[in-house]
Amino acid sequence: MTDPTSYKAGLWRFVPATVQAILFGFFCTYLAPVSGGQIFDYVYPWVPALGIEAAFRVDALSLLFALLITGIGAICFLYAASYFEADRRLKRLLTLMSLFAAAMLGLVLADDAITLFVAWEMTTLTSFLLVGFDHQKERARYSAQQALLITGIGGLALMAGLILMGEAAGTYRISEMGDLTNAPMYLVILLFIFIGAFTKSAQFPFHFWLPGAMAAPTPVSAYLHSATMVKAGVYLIARLSPQLGGTDIWIWTLTLVGAATMVVASFWALRQTDLKLMLAWTTLMGLGALMMGLGGGSYYAVGGALTFIVVHAFYKAALFLTVGLLDKGAGTREADQLSGLRRAMPRAFIIAMLAGASMAGLPPFVGFIGKELIYEGALQSPVQGIFAATASLIASALMIAAAGMVAIGPFFGEQKSPKEAPKDPSPLMWVGPGLLAVGGLLLGLFPQGLDALITQMTQTVRGEYGAPEVKLWHGVNTALFLSLLTFALGALFYRYLRAIQGSLIIEERRVPDSDRVYDILLNAMKNTAAWTARTVQDGRMMSYLRVTFITLGLMVWAAIFAGEGQVATLELDIPLFHWVIVAITAACTITILFTGSRLIAIAALGGVGAAIAVIFVLYSAIDVAMTQLLVEILIVAFVAIAFIKLPRAGTGALRIGDAIVASVLGLGVTFGMLAVQGADIALDVTEFFEQASYPEAAGRNVVNVILVDFRALDTLGEVAVVVIAGIAALAALRAGKRIKE
Amino acid sequence: METVLAMLTGLLVAAGAYLMLSGNLVRYILGLALLSNAANLVIFGAGRLTKANPPLIPEGMKEPLEGAANALPQALILTAIVIGFGLFCFALALAYRAYYALGTARMDSMRIAEPREDS
Repeated sequence: MTDPTSYKAGLWRFVPATVQAILFGFFCTYLAPVSGGQIFDYVYPWVPALGIEAAFRVDALSLLFALLITGIGAICFLYAASYFEADRRLKRLLTLMSLFAAAMLGLVLADDAITLFVAWEMTTLTSFLLVGFDHQKERARYSAQQALLITGIGGLALMAGLILMGEAAGTYRISEMGDLTNAPMYLVILLFIFIGAFTKSAQFPFHFWLPGAMAAPTPVSAYLHSATMVKAGVYLIARLSPQLGGTDIWIWTLTLVGAATMVVASFWALRQTDLKLMLAWTTLMGLGALMMGLGGGSYYAVGGALTFIVVHAFYKAALFLTVGLLDKGAGTREADQLSGLRRAMPRAFIIAMLAGASMAGLPPFVGFIGKELIYEGALQSPVQGIFAATASLIASALMIAAAGMVAIGPFFGEQKSPKEAPKDPSPLMWVGPGLLAVGGLLLGLFPQGLDALITQMTQTVRGEYGAPEVKLWHGVNTALFLSLLTFALGALFYRYLRAIQGSLIIEERRVPDSDRVYDILLNAMKNTAAWTARTVQDGRMMSYLRVTFITLGLMVWAAIFAGEGQVATLELDIPLFHWVIVAITAACTITILFTGSRLIAIAALGGVGAAIAVIFVLYSAIDVAMTQLLVEILIVAFVAIAFIKLPRAGTGALRIGDAIVASVLGLGVTFGMLAVQGADIALDVTEFFEQASYPEAAGRNVVNVILVDFRALDTLGEVAVVVIAGIAALAALRAGKRIKE
Repeated sequence: METVLAMLTGLLVAAGAYLMLSGNLVRYILGLALLSNAANLVIFGAGRLTKANPPLIPEGMKEPLEGAANALPQALILTAIVIGFGLFCFALALAYRAYYALGTARMDSMRIAEPREDS
């Protein structure tokens, strides 16, 4: 007997990880030529009419991201395959993650602005689905919606920015756009691109969605919200640096926003007790550092930022996955409830130590190189150097304390965990983070491989030659002293972690909560929408009709004033008999307005129709007159039948407002007709019919020939309309009547 | 006559619109009929008026007489009258049905699709 609730996924669960690994291998083949400065373009037509191509480009920048996406992808997919091996939702998880990986690859490889945008939006959507993976939980749904709204707004801004760039440059190929800093719309473009990048990479003040996104399962957080997707904004800034970078506003915006994000985030990281949330906040810190680095003008700043992308991807993904190990193996992610696990979970312990050392920036880990380069870059930045260096110093020191929280806290001291017998999960789960942690050490020891790629990338971003050297020992310089200072400060922060947390908890109540602000804005928007709907669409048919007539009246008057027609001279000299007919029509019309009797109204309606038929006769429209008379007789008959069953109408009080609306419209029609009659008339079509009528259609009544010959299809359609109206009317009349049996 | 026709049409439109805005189904129907007539007159007037010279081709000739009335608007109006008739009949049936289904001829009280929020 098998238990129907137990479930174990088959071997298929390793397929996505294998696919990522193969892709990783594929991109590795590019490594040598791209490090040597080669660039590969792959262009396919997509929407040629709009100049949109599916253009892809493998250069150092996109290659590095592609390697991170597929490499860390393989590790996270493998991890997810065993993390969720007993969960029926594994298929959904792996499908969504694979979709995301494809979109993310498209984003970094795209050279066409529109292709990039489409991929960008796909990452937003897949991220939404993954954050809301536990859709039974309200918190997950809330966070997913928040992430979608924030990054979705950014996506819209990005689209506007990219289109403006494409129009300014005359091409949508990013690599062919050239320098746009002198474009007339430069500031607008910059604003849109910044909004796109800052929302996606969770920069202050849009940062709050990222900690919320931790509602996603751990492998997703490690992959999307640490290693790849949140770096898309950073990638965008790097990618567009040659087109938009280098101006004062570029440098200062990126520096200030990046520094603010960095410092704020590293403080709040220490406040967290959930290790995963803590890591999310440190991710924000990393993203801020990247933005700041890219904004700094010097090669060192850019190169430092680019190196830090690699550094961060290695240690942060490893730590996220380690927190997942703790969650599985020891039963919680709460820092307070974990300690002394180094003997029980030796593998998690080793991984955490290695990755944590890289995060703290200890030599000889690659994190040390990253931090040195960031300091060096900050110091060499022309204007904002001191500012950037100070922000980096504070943030890095806090980072050391945060690294201590995740690498030391859970593993030293007296053994404590919610689970009775904590132990390392299966090798499938720890081998991935293990690789990343060891990789961080190896890259630190042998940074030469990275150096060539970073050099190429820096040139791609800076658009000219020059790059920092990526190596472990840069000699005794200011950056080294700053590093030493960082270690001292960091140790101090960790020592007094409890006190800092305590004061942060007090501060937390005073600072306005971003979530609250978001909720207020969201509710304000909903209320505005509801108010608009209530006002514009109040459910009363008369309001709709009134709006329709007012709009119509305004349009007629606008046409009169915009048109060329002059109001023709008033010509009132018509035979008395014609006056009589017009008077009868007018009198009948006014009678309908003022009578309360249904019978008189019907009679007057018939009078109007008949008098108009006479006007048609007098002015040479015999066929029209005949039709008018027949139709008018039918209408009067039908109305008479219907009105027997309908209640008295009454006339009601005079409605001044409606009278004004109706008068404006009526006068508009009068003056519009006069204006039309004052303008020239084109008779080409009429003349064609007059000449072709007899020779081609053998008919002597031109009107009839037009209807049944030249416009026969129209007439057929007209007949069809009447038939359909008849059927529909019949249906309406019979609906609700019971069929007698 | 063009000037007078324009005034008459304006009157028909204004009366039609005013009746349709009354909020009563019966008067709405009457207004719709007036508006439909007015629309035809607008087309008629736009094509210019010609007294007593219909667009007919006399025996032995290949074209209408010089100065015959404009045939094109007449053809359009013929179509419009018939379509307008179809529309009017349907509206009439619908009004009748609505009155019996909803028990009121007051259009503002017909709120099945968009019910009042406070009730």
